[in-house]
Amino acid sequence: MSGTPEHVVRSYGQELRRLRDMIIEMGGIVENQIAMAAEAIMSRDSETAVRAVEGDPGVDALEREIEQFAIRLLALRQPVGEDLRLIVAAFKISSDLERIGDYAVNAAKRSIVLDQFTLPFSLAGLAQMARLVQQNVKRVIDAIGENDAEAAMEAWRSDQAIDDIYTTIFRELITYMMEDARNITSCTHLLFIAKNLERIGDHATNIAERLYYAVKGEPLLEARPKSDTSPYAVVRPKE
Amino acid sequence: MNQAEQRVRVLVSGERPSPQKAEPRIAIRDLDFFYGPLQALKGINLDLPERQVTGMIGPSGCGKSTLLRCLNRMYDLYPGQRATGQVMMDAQNIIGPHIDVNALRGRVGMVFQKPTPFPMTVYNNIAFGVRLHERLSKSEMDERVHWSLTRAALWEEVKDRLHAPALGLSGGQQQRLCIARTIAVRPDVILLDEPTSALDPLSTLKIEELIDELKSEFTIAIVTHNMQQAARCADRVAFFYLGELVEVGESSQIFTAPKQRRTQEYITGRFG
Repeated sequence: MSGTPEHVVRSYGQELRRLRDMIIEMGGIVENQIAMAAEAIMSRDSETAVRAVEGDPGVDALEREIEQFAIRLLALRQPVGEDLRLIVAAFKISSDLERIGDYAVNAAKRSIVLDQFTLPFSLAGLAQMARLVQQNVKRVIDAIGENDAEAAMEAWRSDQAIDDIYTTIFRELITYMMEDARNITSCTHLLFIAKNLERIGDHATNIAERLYYAVKGEPLLEARPKSDTSPYAVVRPKE
Repeated sequence: MNQAEQRVRVLVSGERPSPQKAEPRIAIRDLDFFYGPLQALKGINLDLPERQVTGMIGPSGCGKSTLLRCLNRMYDLYPGQRATGQVMMDAQNIIGPHIDVNALRGRVGMVFQKPTPFPMTVYNNIAFGVRLHERLSKSEMDERVHWSLTRAALWEEVKDRLHAPALGLSGGQQQRLCIARTIAVRPDVILLDEPTSALDPLSTLKIEELIDELKSEFTIAIVTHNMQQAARCADRVAFFYLGELVEVGESSQIFTAPKQRRTQEYITGRFG
């Protein structure tokens, strides 16, 4: 927002700032949920998992609050230009964040089930993936705070790395399941956890795109980093 | 990769058709305008596309009304005011010499901010202007009055009082009568200078609906201080500031993603 003059109607400017703050607050909570879910999986710590799940109602409430506030701004201020773009972006970003929260909660819940299994393999890949995802969510939330389209674009680009790791984990888990059928339950949960993280990454790129449009007024048209190749991945059993 | 995968991947990328460009009905080129020593318009280049509504917005004194007055040479009525450059319509520079100004005003009609009905009957308000340009029989004139009042969405309200004084109509009706009077001479272009600023919201919406109707037949330019009105009515919007045309574009672009910083600041209410 640097360099942009204040609104002639000061209360309108304050409302727009409040809308942005609400998004950042919601972003902070879901980012924390991701961190807790990752921690629960790696440290096999159900307590942390439960705390991640407990964050859910708060996130849902914030989403509703942001929606209502945005509707109110649309009705009362009849926004145009960058104000309109910010409000519409807030609408959509809040639902992206809500989904991110849901995925984090789902991963946390699965970690509780996973605690019952001994895992005969390392979770280092998944840990790395969770770190990247959390980092990316943090970057887009920070970009919202700074109204920084370039930073959003950076985060958007780095989703590639997440997709790459996801494809690797996907193949790895299939291999474990083929090696020993007793791994199937735990590996299926891990597969869903990895998928959850991958989806969080996608929602983070959505947020980055929406912010980019809100700031620049033009859609991010560069080829989207759709490099999740797992839909085409096949591990064929030996004949 | 098999065929289905290939098709799925191709679906991800798609080309959009580019919108078609309409022919300009009026093409303004390098237009300067002076009120005596004061330059009110500076090098304006703007097209009014045929059968579209072009909205003109900007703060008071930005030149938008002045531009409208150039399009039918309203300024000719005042000494010391002059325009240079070109306003091309049908391969003619309408601000040039040897232009029949009366005929021009038949082709480019104007409606003003305050309703200005003549102090005569509803019928004669319309017939008066038509008689200046055409010689019609009684039945032809009846037909024309009916046509223009119908087009101006006023017929139903005044059909039983055609011979009552026009000044007895409500403000919104008077303004629609002025629009009827303007279209009665079958112009090509209609200029609307703040046509609803003196009207209540319902009358305003009726006029806006009327503008939407009329653009199937006429090229329309509207000056308005009400940005929501420009957004609702105009296909294209031109933003003026200090006598310059800052930006012109599709209304949807101007009101969602203006390209110029000054446009952005003005439409969002951040004007310093």
